[in-house]
Parts: sequence; C-alpha cells; structure tokens
Amino acid sequence: METLHAVFVAPWLDMWEAPVFFAEVFVSGLLTGVMYSLVALGFVLIFKASGTFNFAQGVMVLFAALTLVGLMEKGVPVWLALILTAVVMVVLAIVIERVMLRPLVNQEHIILFMATIGLAFFLEGFGELIWGSNVKRLDVGIPEEPVMIKGVLLNSFDIWAAAIGAILVAGLAVFFHKTPIGRALRAVADDHQAALSVGIPLKTIWIIVWSVAGIVALVAGIMWGGKSGVQFSLSLIAFKALPVLILGGFTSVPGAIVGGLIIGVGEKVAEVYWGPLIGGAIENWFAYVLALVFLLFRPQGLFGERIIERV
Amino acid sequence: MLYRESGQFKTSYEADQAILPIPQDRWFLMAVLLIAYLVIPAVSSEYMLQAVLIPFLVFAMAAIGLNLLLGYAGQLSLGTGGFMAVGAYMTYKMTTAWPDMDIIVVFLLSGLCAAGVGIIFGIPSLRIKGFYLAVATLAAQFFLSWMFNKVEWFYNYNPSGTITAPPRTVFGHVVTGPEATAETRYMVALILVTVFALIAKNLVRGRVGRSWMAIRDMDIAAEIIGFKPYQTKLLAFAISSFYCGIAGAMTLFLWLGSVETEAFAINISFQVLFMVIIGGLGSILGSFLGAAFITLVPVLLTNAPQLAGLQMATDLQKHLEVMIFGGLIIFFLIVEPHGFARLWQITKEKLRRWPFPY
Amino acid sequence: MANGNGGNRRRIGGVILNVEDVSLSFGGVQALEQVTFSVREGEIRAIIGPNGAGKSSMLNCINGFYHPQGGTITYKGNKRKQMRPHEAAAQGIARTFQNIALFKGMTTLDNIMTGRNLKMRRNFLWQALYIGPARREEMEHRAFVEQIIDFLEIQAIRKQPVGKLPYGLQKRVELGRALAAEPDLLLLDEPMAGMNTEEKEDMCRFVLDVNDEFGTTIVLIEHDMGVVMDISDRVVVLDYGKLLADGTPDDVRGNKQVIDAYLGAVHD
Repeated sequence: METLHAVFVAPWLDMWEAPVFFAEVFVSGLLTGVMYSLVALGFVLIFKASGTFNFAQGVMVLFAALTLVGLMEKGVPVWLALILTAVVMVVLAIVIERVMLRPLVNQEHIILFMATIGLAFFLEGFGELIWGSNVKRLDVGIPEEPVMIKGVLLNSFDIWAAAIGAILVAGLAVFFHKTPIGRALRAVADDHQAALSVGIPLKTIWIIVWSVAGIVALVAGIMWGGKSGVQFSLSLIAFKALPVLILGGFTSVPGAIVGGLIIGVGEKVAEVYWGPLIGGAIENWFAYVLALVFLLFRPQGLFGERIIERV
Repeated sequence: MLYRESGQFKTSYEADQAILPIPQDRWFLMAVLLIAYLVIPAVSSEYMLQAVLIPFLVFAMAAIGLNLLLGYAGQLSLGTGGFMAVGAYMTYKMTTAWPDMDIIVVFLLSGLCAAGVGIIFGIPSLRIKGFYLAVATLAAQFFLSWMFNKVEWFYNYNPSGTITAPPRTVFGHVVTGPEATAETRYMVALILVTVFALIAKNLVRGRVGRSWMAIRDMDIAAEIIGFKPYQTKLLAFAISSFYCGIAGAMTLFLWLGSVETEAFAINISFQVLFMVIIGGLGSILGSFLGAAFITLVPVLLTNAPQLAGLQMATDLQKHLEVMIFGGLIIFFLIVEPHGFARLWQITKEKLRRWPFPY
Repeated sequence: MANGNGGNRRRIGGVILNVEDVSLSFGGVQALEQVTFSVREGEIRAIIGPNGAGKSSMLNCINGFYHPQGGTITYKGNKRKQMRPHEAAAQGIARTFQNIALFKGMTTLDNIMTGRNLKMRRNFLWQALYIGPARREEMEHRAFVEQIIDFLEIQAIRKQPVGKLPYGLQKRVELGRALAAEPDLLLLDEPMAGMNTEEKEDMCRFVLDVNDEFGTTIVLIEHDMGVVMDISDRVVVLDYGKLLADGTPDDVRGNKQVIDAYLGAVHD
C-alpha cells in the first residue's frame, strides 16, 4: 500500500504542492530536450539521404568539439576556429563519401550501418590521437549566469542553446523543404538506383548531407561541450538521441524536435520524482522504455505515415 | 584437383541433406576438431588460452546466438550484452544458492532464464522492424545493465558489486574458480561450443531455420504460407538469447572469473554484431570466423609494436588500435560485404576448378 | 495430358468458396464494392479486369491479408469475419503473388520445403537433435518436394538461391511452393505476367495439370484473354471494384458491358 502510494500518488502531490520547482524541472527538461533534438537532427538528415542509420553521428559531435577546442588551444581566435572546424567537417564529409559510401552504393542498409560503426571507431581513435583524450573546457563566449524568468530559475546558457538550436532547425527545414536539393534528397532516400537513373547526382547529395550533418554535429558539440566539457563521453549522447528518433520517426525533422522535447521533459520529471524510489540513475534507460511503450501503440512513430502493405 | 566432387554420387536424400555432403569437407572438419581437442591443449601457453582461445570460444557462442537472430531470422538486436549479463548473473545466483547442483545444469538453466528475458524484449519485434527494432533492443541493454548494477540481490549484497565464480567441479575436475587450470576451462568451453554449434546447425537446416529465413526474406509471404510470425520471431529471440546467456555464463565462469556489469556493456553488443557481420550473416561457420577475427585483431595490434621492436606510449597505441580496428571493418565491408563465410565459399569454388582459371 | 475445359474426367463439385457483398476501402479509396461470386470445388475460376480493378485486393481478402469492412466470405461452409493469413493457410488456401514473393536468400529446394511447414509436426527440440522422428519427417517431406520438382521440371535449379534465377523460373518455383502445401484452394495472381508465349504455354500446362491431377480448385487472375478464355471454367469481371459480369468464358465474351469497359478498350 505504501509503495503504491509512493509510486502513484506522492509524486503528483509533490508536483502540485511546489509548482515553481516543478516548472523549473519542466523547463530544464525542455531545454535539455532541445539539445537532444539537435543531436537527433544529425541522424535524421543522414537517414533521409541514405536510408541508413549513421552510428558515427555521436562521434562526429565529439570529433567536431575536439577539433574546435584543439584549434582554440593553439591560439586561433574563436570565429576563425569555428570556420576552420566547419571546413574540417566538410572535408570529412567528402572523404567519407569518397572512401566509404561510394564503394557501398546499393548495399543493404545493415552493411552501411555497420560501416558507420566502423567509422565511429576510426574517428574516435583519430580525434583522440591528434587532440589527446583528456577532458577539455570549451568556452566560445556564451553567457552562463543564472537568470530568473517569472520566478523560475534558469541557466542562460541553456536558453542560448535552445535559441541557437531553434534557429538551426528552422534553417534546415527551409533548406530541405523549399530547395530542389530537398527533393533530390528525398528521392535518393527512396531508391539509390532510381535516383541515379533520373540524373540526381548521388555523390553531390551525399557530400551535402554529410557536410550538413557534420555542421549540425559541430553545433551540438559546442552546446554539449560547453555544458559538460569535451571528452569521450560526449559521443555517448548519441544513445540519448536514439529514443528521440523512435518517438519522432527516423525521417521527420519536426518529429526529431517534438520527440526531443518529450524525451527531455519525461526523463527529467521521471528522474526527479520517481528516480529516488528505484535507486536513481534511471536516465540511461528511461527514455528507451518510454519510447518503446509508445511504439507498441504507434509503430510508425509520431510523424510517420501509416504503411499499407501490398502483395 | 584437391577439392573435386565429380564421381561422388549421393544415393539418398539423407546423404544429400547432410551438414557436409562432400568428404573433403568432412575430413577438414575432423582435422580441425582433432587439433582443437588434442593438439591445442597440449601445446598452448597459459596466456594463449586465457587471452585468445577462451575469449574466442565465448564470443563464438555469442556470435552464433546473434547470427541465429540476425542472420537467419533477420531481427537486428543490439541487446546481446544484456542477455549475456542475464546468463552470467543467473548462473552466479543459482550456483551460490544451490552449490551442489552440477554447474553445467546451472549453465543450461540460466540459458533458459536468458531465453525468457529475450522473449520479453523480443515482443516489440512483433510491431516494429529494422532500425526501429535495433534501437528498441538497446532498451534491453541499458535496462539490464542498470538492473544488475542497482539491485543488490543479484550480486548477493557484495559491497564491491562484483560477482566471482566459486570453485565447482564436473566429474571430479575443478572447472571454475581460481583453482581451475586454463586447459580445463578451455576444454569445457570447447565442448559447450561444439555441442551448441551442432545444435544450431541442425536448427537452421530444418523447418525452424526455414521459418526464420522465410520471415527474414519476406515476412508477408511467410505468413501467407502459414508461418505464424509471432511464434517464429519469439522463438528466434528465445533461442538466440539462450546462446547469449550461455556465453555470458562462460564469460564469468570459464574466462574472467569475476566480473561487474561493465563486462557486458554496450560495446560487447557491438563487438558481437561485428563478428556476425564480418563473419557472414546466416552462416554458422561465419560466426566462428568473425569471432576469431574480432578477438585476434586487438591481440595482434597490442603485440605488433613489440614484435616490430617499436616503443609506443600506451594511450597512443590505444588510439591507433581503435583507429585501425575501425578502418579494418570498413575495409572488409567494402571488399566483401557478405563476410568471411562468402570468401570461404568463393575459395572453395576456385579450388574446385583449380588449376584451371575457369 | 489434361483436357482443359469440359473434360469428362474432371468433376466439379459444390461451392467451396462464397464471396458475398464484400467491400473494402483504404481511407477514401474504395477498392472493392459489394462484390459477390462463388467458386465451385474443382473448377478453374478466373478474375479479370483492368489494372486497379481490385483483383489482387480480392485475393488478399480471400486469404486473410486484408480484412474487408463489409460482406462475408464463406469457405468450406464456415463463415468468417476476420482471420490471419496463416490461419487461411492452415485451412488449405495457398497462393502465388503478382510480384514474386519468394524467399530470395534460400534455395529452390528450401523455398518449396517451406510450403510443407504446416504438415510438419516435430517441434524445435527434436529438430535441434536432428535424430529419429525429426530426421525421418524431414526426409519424407523432401521426397514429396522432389515430386513437385519433377512435376515442374526444375530439377536442375534445386540447389540454387532463387534470387539469382530468371523471372520465368521464379514464377515456377513460386507455384511449386504453393503446391507443396497440397492446397484445396489455390490462388494464382497473374501467374503468366511478363512471360513469352512459350513460357505461358508451359505455365498453362502446369495449371491445367494441377487442376486435373490433384483436383485442386484454382482462382486465377490473368490479363491474357486468350489464356483466360482457354483454361477457365467461369470468369468474374471486375471494374473499379465492382462486379461487372460473371459467367462462362463465352457469356463474358459476349457481354456488352464487358466489351465496352475492358475488352473493347484493349483491342481498339
């Protein structure tokens, strides 16, 4: 009885009795959610263009952040370091296309998926080989002091991160829905061969998409790196983004955003109100279970289309 | 010349359905088994057994398990580490609770526990496919890791959180615990792997294997032909997890001797996945080849600088190792996406015609 | 060999399948609208109509892949509301597909063996050991499958993965897989699509032989009017999901509506 009360009643009462605290938890969940969306976005882009799941996205975040910090430590001014890192990500995209994707055209998705895992290992070793593996502080000049908004205590860094994330997402949405590249991209995702046969330049599309994904990774790297330092664990936020993808659907940009927000809030609220009951540290799996339960009721995800199977 | 099958006629369906219908293959396998059972234990050093051969056998077991699920039934799982953990922890719980029970029986029972857990986490496969399923199985991985870490009952309230294999005997030989020699542990592992590889081969060449492959190749047609998709998929999850569970129990009892949940973390799931894909999807032989590759490459990479007389800082070497490993995976996928098993097949085709080029 | 329609040796029995007022829609699209027809035991029944007329949807309803919103389907005297495809298979309905649905990674032999699965009783524990009953069972079914392989003249490709076979042979293997189930009712979805004349003649011969030798009831979708008129006993014509005509090939050929909607359009 007491357990039931602690699980099903007490947390809700806590929320009701301390609304300001709840609001803080809720908003900080939302802000974390934006950051999740940012990482998830990188996955969505590549999934849309190649139908495969880019496991290396998390490591790309780490790699971008490492490069940026490394350059800044060498005394390069922030703006130049940002540009240089973006250039590095584009070059990386070109190399990946040339060395890895081109020989694997028209292979099954699982093979491409495995190749991206290989890529993840390679980039991780490569990045740390060049820049070292100790924890680094990343400061690109985003303010970090706490602010009060309507009685709710927030960190201005989070707000900045959310704002930058929002701008990036809006820009990408326009880029992929209002430009011819967006259409070509959707065609490529559907069928490599068919896209090639109507004259869509597969190579160019891939380079563009991987470059954009690399730059998204850079932004995510700046945000997460600024928050928790640049270190190997940064690449693990990829695992945080996966439930977001299940929730939102692998191919939907709005899905990635809404999914990120739901997971961010759900995880935070669960951790604060229910976590202590079962020993804490549930944030590693809670999002997955949330996404899984959701999937059982709606297998195509939040924004996926219902599939009519034909034979 | 050497590998010729002309003149060999099969006179019964039985002979035609045999695992190795061609005598040359049978002799080859016999030779491999002879070496594995007689020569290797006699000549191998402790290091060789402990660092190379036993892990190879453990991972071969896990890779067969995952290959049944992914290669035959077509269900992508990233929860292998989690299922292995179930095997390890349940074996530990059972053998400490009932010390008199035969350790092999305990292994099999904990395999069954893993099978049960596998069925539970396989339920989403009834609704979702492909990468969605892969991500869903990560839930198993993370949840199980967390559970074995947080729930103290699983490690008998041991303050360090580790579980240690107690000494147990089979037919008077100490097979686990610190007293067990590497040779004994190797032999037990070898027997287990031989038996279960044979069982796996039997399963995949019969109706069960065909039902899995049918679901893999075209699930709609499979259902219209009369396979029940739920049963087929869940059976694949159960049997696959059973193998992984045994592999987990072997990790603790025959290989490492004492583990924490960290030993079954997500990177183990990925390693086993690599073995299956590099070895060859839908091939039992491939599981062995893949396991050999993934266990051998790091050992070689670790020892290569010394052999070449180079001195390297440890972290530099570690980064290089990771890099080369990743690069090799990409390289092999590009060269032969269907894995070593396919390479082996092609070699045999070539041998058949040798010395003629075509 | 077989003597197509009107052969005296063939026995046409009572109604085995009765489709009554079946309606099916996807969202706003009406695929089938109150379609009624029946199939008698032992006959070859053709369904014809232009592309998108709802022919494949009709077959999908019969073997439980789609669930019609309205109407009833009575099979062997049992009226049913909803059933899963594997239940239909268990009741003796087998089929082939318009776009070949073979298991591409498996050999011809294994593909046809899958058709025997419902006849196999030993569970997976027996199979794991592969001794005694499990092995005997496997051999019995192998022997049966070899008969089908002989019948369809595909001995040479027994051990080849079907994904690599040419189209015509794949169609044949698919027919073999359906036959392996020893069905009472065989649904063939465009078995001759994309074939040359010679291959079509082969396929016609197989269809007639199956019907003749095993007494299997066949429902067939086909676009080649010559084939339909030659081998079928009765013909159903669908157009835009509605039943246009139903009768013997001669009746249908003479039907004014059919000529306007379909045959006329083709030959003009």
